[in-house]
Amino acid sequence: MKPLEILKTAIANSVRSKLRTTLTILAIFVGAFTLTITNGLGTGISNYIDSQVAAVGSSNSFTVSKTNTNTAPGAGPAKYDPSTRVLAAGGRPGATELALSQADLKSIAAVPGITAVTPLTRVSPAYIEWNGHDKYQLSVLPLAGAQPQLAAGSSLDDSSSQSQIVLPVTYVGPLGLSDNNQAVGQTVVIGIDDAAGNMHEVSAQIVGIEQSSLLGVSGGFINKALSTALSNAQGTGAPAAAKDAFADATATFAPSTQAQINTMKSQLSAKGYTAQTLDDRIGTVKTVINAIIGVLDAFAVIALVAAGFGIVNTLLMSVQERTREIGLMKAMGMGSGSVFALFSTEAAFIGFLGSAIGSAVAIGIGTVVSRALARGPLSDLGGLHVLSFAPASVAVVIILVMVIAFVAGTLPAWRAARQNPIDALRYE
Amino acid sequence: MSVPILAARDLTKTYGKGPDRFDALKGVSLEVQRGESVAIVGKSGSGKSTLMHLLALLDTPGTGQIHVDGTEANDLSTRRLNALRNSLFGFVFQQFFLNPASSVLENVALPLKIAGVGPRERRRRALEVLEQLQLADKAKNKAANLSGGQKQRVVIARALVNNPQVLFADEPTGNLDTATGRIVEDILFDLNRKDGITLITVTHDHELAQRFERRIFIRDGLLINTDEEHAA
Ligand SMILES: Nc1ncnc2c1ncn2[C@@H]1O[C@H](COP(=O)(O)OP(=O)(O)OP(=O)(O)O)[C@@H](O)[C@H]1O
Ligand SMILES: [Mg+2]
Repeated sequence: MKPLEILKTAIANSVRSKLRTTLTILAIFVGAFTLTITNGLGTGISNYIDSQVAAVGSSNSFTVSKTNTNTAPGAGPAKYDPSTRVLAAGGRPGATELALSQADLKSIAAVPGITAVTPLTRVSPAYIEWNGHDKYQLSVLPLAGAQPQLAAGSSLDDSSSQSQIVLPVTYVGPLGLSDNNQAVGQTVVIGIDDAAGNMHEVSAQIVGIEQSSLLGVSGGFINKALSTALSNAQGTGAPAAAKDAFADATATFAPSTQAQINTMKSQLSAKGYTAQTLDDRIGTVKTVINAIIGVLDAFAVIALVAAGFGIVNTLLMSVQERTREIGLMKAMGMGSGSVFALFSTEAAFIGFLGSAIGSAVAIGIGTVVSRALARGPLSDLGGLHVLSFAPASVAVVIILVMVIAFVAGTLPAWRAARQNPIDALRYE
Repeated sequence: MSVPILAARDLTKTYGKGPDRFDALKGVSLEVQRGESVAIVGKSGSGKSTLMHLLALLDTPGTGQIHVDGTEANDLSTRRLNALRNSLFGFVFQQFFLNPASSVLENVALPLKIAGVGPRERRRRALEVLEQLQLADKAKNKAANLSGGQKQRVVIARALVNNPQVLFADEPTGNLDTATGRIVEDILFDLNRKDGITLITVTHDHELAQRFERRIFIRDGLLINTDEEHAA
């Protein structure tokens, strides 16, 4: 039998007995559907997590601070050392943080692998207002490399000399702005106290509006120009030395392996600095999320095993039912190879139909449900698409299900094809 | 004498194992010449179908050899064996073995499809044989929707479609009324006389058996020399 003839016959055979084919396709459909959904859930959630994580900071930078050797509770007060400077820090009352000086920054930059060190000045603005409307409190986040998920506008430009700010979406209404798009391009005024208690006003342009996000940084993102302007304003009247004290610094490095990162970390640690990557800072959140994705994957595997058995069962029955047909074809001189090819093509074709339809329906329903959820119950988590479908993983699902169908259909066909024609014909 | 188209020596066939063991053939030897018409006659369960299946190389004997045109069947390559089954032999099964869901035409054209004949040629030749068996008007019907006699003729058409040299027919008229049976018999003998097809037919019918050049009598898996019923 010619290959093209085998393909045509296999398709004709599967279309011929509609009930059997429909049932087999249904079994495969359920498997492919479940797999695609669990897969889409995993992809959707990890995409969201990745974008949220990117909003907090870039993955190739450390946040470096001076290691406080005396933070263990009950260790007693730290001995005074005139060479170290302390800053009042947030957290429990009395907590202090060792400040970084210009010398520290140089020493950090000297670590091999570190490409740049930017001191982080903590600026504490008093309020923000737009166009004479009500004033609101504001905290700003100078997180280098952060990529907030924007609902409108564009990202910050650190190389620009213009003062720029990205505000959370929650500020739009209260400030008196009518919507996100109107907000972009507007100039806001930020008030900040200096060391002497005088209020300074710094104006900045809104370049973007940030979607509400999961990892909960609810302040404005500012670019370098604005950061400098604010810290200058804040530092007015302060002793010169105070201007040179930084709580921490951002040290960026070229993309590196985990081992390289660990080496840099231990070198920094040896010099008396604590370096944390983004992963370190959001480590627990990530662990929880990875656990959730792991559970989803486990469900996907269970779904696959269940679907696999369903497919094997239906195709096995279907081939056994047709042992006689195989016997007849062999009696008429069809070679075992052709019989095998015919039945495995049929199984793969049915497998393809079932998995393609299953995946297509799953993608259709999933997209609709995901959109509805994003608009409804999950609208607070901007940018979250519970189900999203990566073409590669959907293709993997389809191929995997086809392979299962192929094996399930082929093994009994192979057994039948090896028999004597008469033995196969006599099969009841 | 020329080389016989089929020669069997000391064929045995045992079904089952242990207590279910049954010797269906206990040492059968025979020769069939090219162009002969042979009837295999015997009671139900005597081993007629078993013998036919062995001769048509559809089953393997327990012991003994079969020579096809002088070649020992065991020495044939798989490819050659399939070619023999496909085009040298035509087999009319006692139980028909039609594909009920396929059309009559598709059923009849199956051996041609297996042989790799193109779809147009398949259709032409299948219709030609169906015409010959007065079934052309049923070509498009599903095989399941035919009467017993019509199915019998479809099975014969399928056996003939690839122009075999040897036609095995297991009770080809068993399911037919006398008139239709007669038509089918005439077709078979016509093929034998005009086209020189070797005809090997199993039958219960002694009248029909008389029309063959030669009769082989079988009882309990052994060949006997006389017609049991007439002798008794
Ligand atoms: N697959 C099998 N397993 C066990 N016994 C079998 C099998 N096939 C046939 N037999 C036995 O072998 C014997 C011969 O069977 P066979 O079909 O050759 O008889 P037959 O002469 O063709 O009979 P009928 O005229 O009824 O068709 C019978 O007793 C039958 O029960
Ligand atoms: Mg029989």
